[in-house]
Amino acid sequence: MQLLSGNEACAIGAIRAGVRFFAGYPITPSTEIAEYMARELPKLGGIFIQMEDEIASICAMNGATAAGMKAMTATSGPGFSLMQEGIGYSCMTEVPCIIVNVMRGGPATGLPTKPSQGDVMQARWGTHGDHPIVVLAPWSVAECFHLTVLAVNISERLRLPVIILLDEIVAHMREVVALPEKVDLYQAPKPTKGPDEFLIYDDDTNYDGPVVSFGEGYRIHISGLTHRKDGFPTNDAETIAWKMERLKRKIEDNKNWLWDFFYTDLGSDTVIVGYGSTARSAAEAKKIYEKKTGRSIGMVRLRMIWPFPYERLTALLKSAKRIIVPEMNQGQLKNEVERAVSPEVPVQPVNRVDGEMLTPEEILDVIG
Amino acid sequence: MSSVNLPPIFEYLRLDRRFPHILCPGCGIGTVMNAMVRAFLELKLDKNKLCVVSGIGCSSRIPGYLDCDTYHTLHGRALPAATGVKLARPEMEVVVIGGDGDILAIGGNHFLHSCRRNLNLSLIIINNFNYGMTGGQFSPTTPFNAIATTAPYGNIEREFDVVAIAKAAGAVLVARSTTYHVVHLKNMIKRIIQKKGFSVLEVIAQCPTLYGRMNRLGDAVKMLEWIKENTVSVTETNPPKADTKKKIKIGVLWETEAEEYLEVYQRTIKRASEQK
Repeated sequence: MQLLSGNEACAIGAIRAGVRFFAGYPITPSTEIAEYMARELPKLGGIFIQMEDEIASICAMNGATAAGMKAMTATSGPGFSLMQEGIGYSCMTEVPCIIVNVMRGGPATGLPTKPSQGDVMQARWGTHGDHPIVVLAPWSVAECFHLTVLAVNISERLRLPVIILLDEIVAHMREVVALPEKVDLYQAPKPTKGPDEFLIYDDDTNYDGPVVSFGEGYRIHISGLTHRKDGFPTNDAETIAWKMERLKRKIEDNKNWLWDFFYTDLGSDTVIVGYGSTARSAAEAKKIYEKKTGRSIGMVRLRMIWPFPYERLTALLKSAKRIIVPEMNQGQLKNEVERAVSPEVPVQPVNRVDGEMLTPEEILDVIG
Repeated sequence: MSSVNLPPIFEYLRLDRRFPHILCPGCGIGTVMNAMVRAFLELKLDKNKLCVVSGIGCSSRIPGYLDCDTYHTLHGRALPAATGVKLARPEMEVVVIGGDGDILAIGGNHFLHSCRRNLNLSLIIINNFNYGMTGGQFSPTTPFNAIATTAPYGNIEREFDVVAIAKAAGAVLVARSTTYHVVHLKNMIKRIIQKKGFSVLEVIAQCPTLYGRMNRLGDAVKMLEWIKENTVSVTETNPPKADTKKKIKIGVLWETEAEEYLEVYQRTIKRASEQK
């Protein structure tokens, strides 16, 4: 049993998942992750490097991953904004990328020390162009550990960026956790084809396929330009369409198992859909309400918010009469929930963007 | 390509897949690529342990033609990306190539900090005095008053002194060559690859299509003649004479010794392990 913060649990999870490279830039409220890595990675022979900014951090991480290491960076809103080009680069080149983004109040410098869930849409759509991405949202210290391990595995399997979206409350909260002795790690296979035949973007390499890195004698070309199967740039419409469809299929082909990562407790007409620290307030509100009235409240807690589980929620919330979505933003995920449920079902937001956490009482007020 | 008996430098080129190249007739970038592969050959670099990294721009297209691991990264980001590659694979030779806009404007901050960090990387900056890929806009090295598509009345900004910046920022070897002095260019590339630590080579190159045309400097041959007439070779035994003060100096212009980043990092690993 250990007393850990969410940030520390992310760092430990990453190390346990095999991350041995961290490039970052100091920013509140995520800096503890960099500090932990600076202290622990050298003991394991790993690399910690503090770069000159967040753009350099994500590019160094992408470079290390292209050269075969498991790597991570961590940041918060303003730094996350700077990292967007590197996220797109990871999408296009299909090289893994792990980012912990501890959300703080925005826009701009905003509220460095105060919590927010304002980056839900930026995490999905921050970089330009259509692209695949996976975004996880832990609500506890233990989940920070487990979802970071999961993030590394998903990124390695699907070859895309995975973002761990913490809010300042989860990041700085301390809980006593028991971490498992062993975690399951995905190991990508090596190709059976030699350097003359192997194509890094061949049909079998989109996900769960063979992987080649720099320095392995395959003399690969990795480029952020839209490319052919061999990685070289193209302007051919058919090839461009092939590449874009390939990126889309990373999520489309895998969404059924990706969508498994949520928690449900239904059995009521009223259902709260939550994530991150606001789901903790919602769970507390549910407990108080049920104790006081003897009636139950349903809850769906998303641990993976992108790809958003539209069809899964449609089925789950089929008989719901009312849905409540508490968030520390002005209603970013609420709109997605609305898209998933029947137009007749009211979706009520509970929002707060003043830098203070959403309390159980505020959610209770909406439950009525 | 095995049916043709090609000279050994072709071993470093992706002849079957990538040629013809996209460079304009008379462009200096092909000359730099030529010198690079000759330097690789003379140094007997193992192409399976060689990674050439670039950003975006005309110069940054070079890696695509080279038969080694090649990394075509984002605009301005070649140096941080190469930093990641080198740290992950210290056994690889990592050469970074970019243009004046890519390395010195959008990548300017990375350039400064790469010099300061002193990781064992070799940087070649092809300075053709403008942004070629986007059509001839002014860059940090465009001379004051010169014409560019975004400076149609003359450039009102002063140009960078690349060598002075690299030296001040901590690069351990700073050299300059040109696309006219091809053997010298090859030798300078060899020097920066052999130097341990962060080393920089600025290559003065002609862009006849854009910079040369807009500034009425003539065709590629004329521009090369201008380079020939306006440069002076500097060595330790051959300091610049008074009458050559205004000329562009070529050669190794600064060299010093400093502990390389990964060597220092090994000590960090040792210290950290002792504290376990």
